[in-house]
Amino acid sequence: MITLFGVFILSLLVITAIGIVRSTNLFAAVMLAGLFSLQMAAMFFILDAADVALTEAAVGAGVATVLLLSALALLDDEERRTRRSRWAAIAVSLATTLLMIYATFEKPRFGDPLAPANQHVAPWYLENTPELIDVPNVVTAILASFRGYDTLGELFVIFTAGTGVLFVLAQRRRDTRFARLPNADAQGLRHHLVPRVVGRLLVPFIVLFGLYVQFHADFGPGGGFQAGALVSAGFVLFALLEGERAALRVLPRRVLAGMIVLGALLFVGVGVAGMLLGGNFLDYSVLGATPVAGQHVGILLVELGVGITVTGVLLTIFHAFAARVSER
Amino acid sequence: MNALAPHLPVLAVVVALATAPLTFLLRERGLAWAATFAASACSLAIAVRLAAHVREHGAISYALGGWPAPYGIELVVDPFSALLLVIVAGASTLALAVSRQGLGREVPAERQHLLYTAWLLALAGLSGIVVAGDAFNIFVFLEISSLATYILVAGGPRRQALPAVFKYLVVGTVGATFYLIGVGLIYMMTGTLNLADMEVRLRDVSDLRPVLAAAGFITVGLALKAAVFPLHTWLPNAYTYAPNAVTVFIAACATKVSLYALLRFDFTVFQGNLPGHIAQFAGFVVPLGILAVLVASVVATMEKNVKRLLAWSSVAQVGYILIGAGLASATGLTAAIVHMFNHALAKGALFVAVACLAMRVGDVTLAGLAGAGRRQPLTMAAFVVGALSLIGLPGTAGFVGKWYLVAAALELGPWGVLLVLPVLLGSVLAVVYTWRVIEAAYFRPAPADALPRGEAPAGMLAVLWLAALSNLWFGMQPAVPLDLAAGAAAVLLEVR
Amino acid sequence: MQILGYYNYWVFAVLLMIGLYAVMSRPNLIKKLLGMAIFQAAVFLLYITMDKVEGGTAPILRAGVADEIYSNPVPQVLILTAIVVGIATLALGLAIVVRIHEEYGTIEEDEIRRQDRE
Repeated sequence: MITLFGVFILSLLVITAIGIVRSTNLFAAVMLAGLFSLQMAAMFFILDAADVALTEAAVGAGVATVLLLSALALLDDEERRTRRSRWAAIAVSLATTLLMIYATFEKPRFGDPLAPANQHVAPWYLENTPELIDVPNVVTAILASFRGYDTLGELFVIFTAGTGVLFVLAQRRRDTRFARLPNADAQGLRHHLVPRVVGRLLVPFIVLFGLYVQFHADFGPGGGFQAGALVSAGFVLFALLEGERAALRVLPRRVLAGMIVLGALLFVGVGVAGMLLGGNFLDYSVLGATPVAGQHVGILLVELGVGITVTGVLLTIFHAFAARVSER
Repeated sequence: MNALAPHLPVLAVVVALATAPLTFLLRERGLAWAATFAASACSLAIAVRLAAHVREHGAISYALGGWPAPYGIELVVDPFSALLLVIVAGASTLALAVSRQGLGREVPAERQHLLYTAWLLALAGLSGIVVAGDAFNIFVFLEISSLATYILVAGGPRRQALPAVFKYLVVGTVGATFYLIGVGLIYMMTGTLNLADMEVRLRDVSDLRPVLAAAGFITVGLALKAAVFPLHTWLPNAYTYAPNAVTVFIAACATKVSLYALLRFDFTVFQGNLPGHIAQFAGFVVPLGILAVLVASVVATMEKNVKRLLAWSSVAQVGYILIGAGLASATGLTAAIVHMFNHALAKGALFVAVACLAMRVGDVTLAGLAGAGRRQPLTMAAFVVGALSLIGLPGTAGFVGKWYLVAAALELGPWGVLLVLPVLLGSVLAVVYTWRVIEAAYFRPAPADALPRGEAPAGMLAVLWLAALSNLWFGMQPAVPLDLAAGAAAVLLEVR
Repeated sequence: MQILGYYNYWVFAVLLMIGLYAVMSRPNLIKKLLGMAIFQAAVFLLYITMDKVEGGTAPILRAGVADEIYSNPVPQVLILTAIVVGIATLALGLAIVVRIHEEYGTIEEDEIRRQDRE
């Protein structure tokens, strides 16, 4: 049954992807891309990757779609048909695919517990996590502690994106020749009763769920990044309902910038604290009375840092685009 | 300070990384600049100290989080990474010294603190790649440095900067994703992400097809980022339309870090495990290197914009490095690696000179330079020194790498002469294209409405001459970089 | 189960092809970004396919259960990071596209190139 479902979703993925490429209406393509992410999330769930599924759904279907739509509000949403030759593109992508098929022809059997990928490092994590870190979710243990430095890097990737969007969109237009006429009012959906009532009910629950995901990451799927994506999704919904200005009254830009910096410094600070207390950078064992207690403190703070920065960056990016739309 | 000494490998990354959030908040551009410069200078000091340490005591390994190597992430500093660290931090510090006065004309004051934030992130990202001993960690820091570099280039004052950045972004992302596929395939076959561990565990892999495909994906992915001919198409526009100070920074080090990662993979991970891999690698990169030297140099001789001319010259210089690496001998690799350092010096000096010229003329085109030799004599004199180093005149830094390259080619016996030919031809072409700039500046009559005589600000001139003189210094005293390069070559050729 | 295994790899290869094709052949910049997203998602699928262990469950340890089989957590950790990288790139790319539209009045690559040549 699961196999059948998997084959079905995989086929849908291919069809959706072709639809994205072929559609000339960009709005439709963006919507299809959101669907594509949801299908991908379902597929990840089938493959036992609960954390990844949650993230893909929150980020791919949620955040990415919102960003694409707010960008589209500033652009033309029809793609022009062109008659450029596509042979080079077909040749390169076909060559890549053939190389991949060549490589995967005799890949280790699917689901094989003896496959090299499932030997060596992975069982070590599964075996030693209870003793060394003592959290049930091994993904969180690896993400926040064993490979915490990657996660620090991940936090700075998202920080870089925030800096970049602010920097690029801070530039004033030199002329307004190409500006489209104002179409959407910046008032949000204030005049539409049903979405407003339903949405208002939803917002607190989304934020609450985000916080749950943040602090429950040790035990179930979740973590700072997913939580940040969910909390900011809640605020984005709020902004869509009540207008951007109302959302900025709740969380002004200055507060968001503060959050971005606070989260980043929290993560780096935990790393430096480990160093000052006699361990290596990002060694949490020295932070508590016992190494395991130290790990718990470290993971909690680090995930919190990621959550705060991600919320700050995603909302900052959203407002940067939204401000362009309402500027018109 | 001594308490911090064991932590230097991670501090080489974290100092810049931790300063970035601070500059994000510093709206005052002078303060943002000062913080950035301080962090960059500090990184340079760390890099120099690490290089000295590695030269004496050999490679250092640092276990992040205190977790032992294949389970946790490991940082490794050996002669190769130490030399690259010095190049990255040095280029950044030099370019920042120029940017204080130079950037104001190109980037509005209220956005500069964001540019400096991106600058620090680029510095941290590039340093992070260089010290990483873990394949996935390289990917993460590759992305930090790439995103930050896109921002830096997008700061360019002309609208052409935007399509240039977009192209850079698409090509860069495709390259990084290719790299990720390669790493995934290797993980599938070995179950590890640590580079040293990969090398050992690949030995037991019986089915080499996925590994072979991985080698292909990683090599092509990193070659895209390193602007290896013919995958260089993003580079000329990105360098041309970036702000001048940014061009100094990225032209001196960005492509070299990708080349570093490329050599790391091909020589450490694949060399001992894929039969005939190095021969295939040579068959792939040497012809491309030769083409790069010849084609890019010829294009450079036809350019009218000086920044673009020098950008094409950078594509050609990547070619020299590839030829040296493709020879896969101790001398060849030494040549390639020392040329990374020396080319950074020469291009750094040349682009600083361009930044100084731009302070007077705005867009630095050959036509606009007419009479610059009299208008800005000190700047142009330093440009000439940089150009001589780029050509590879004996006594300048640029000579050292080419000399070793020729020596390495001749080691191959009679066939090696065929390799010497493009190297020499490339130098002749370099004479041609730098001469066009010098001719415009000194021998073309200045137009009637020419600007009066006047130099760039003294601070910028001082930096320019520091860069120019270091080209002479390392031309006369090449021992230290050569030593590190030879050590790096030994590390790469060693099969554990 | 085995069919699903092969099918995963094939779909990965096909998605890779579709994404790369869109990036290279489509002159529309938004389409390029969407193609890039498909391209990256394909790689996520490659990694996650690797993590599946037959009869396994998500790697969240249960107390008191001794011989439970868990799927491999490592590729999941890597892909969590890669998803973040993907959204970061998308956000920056979109900001640049918006600015390009403001400066050139179009987001078609051919048209931008034509304007630059003039």
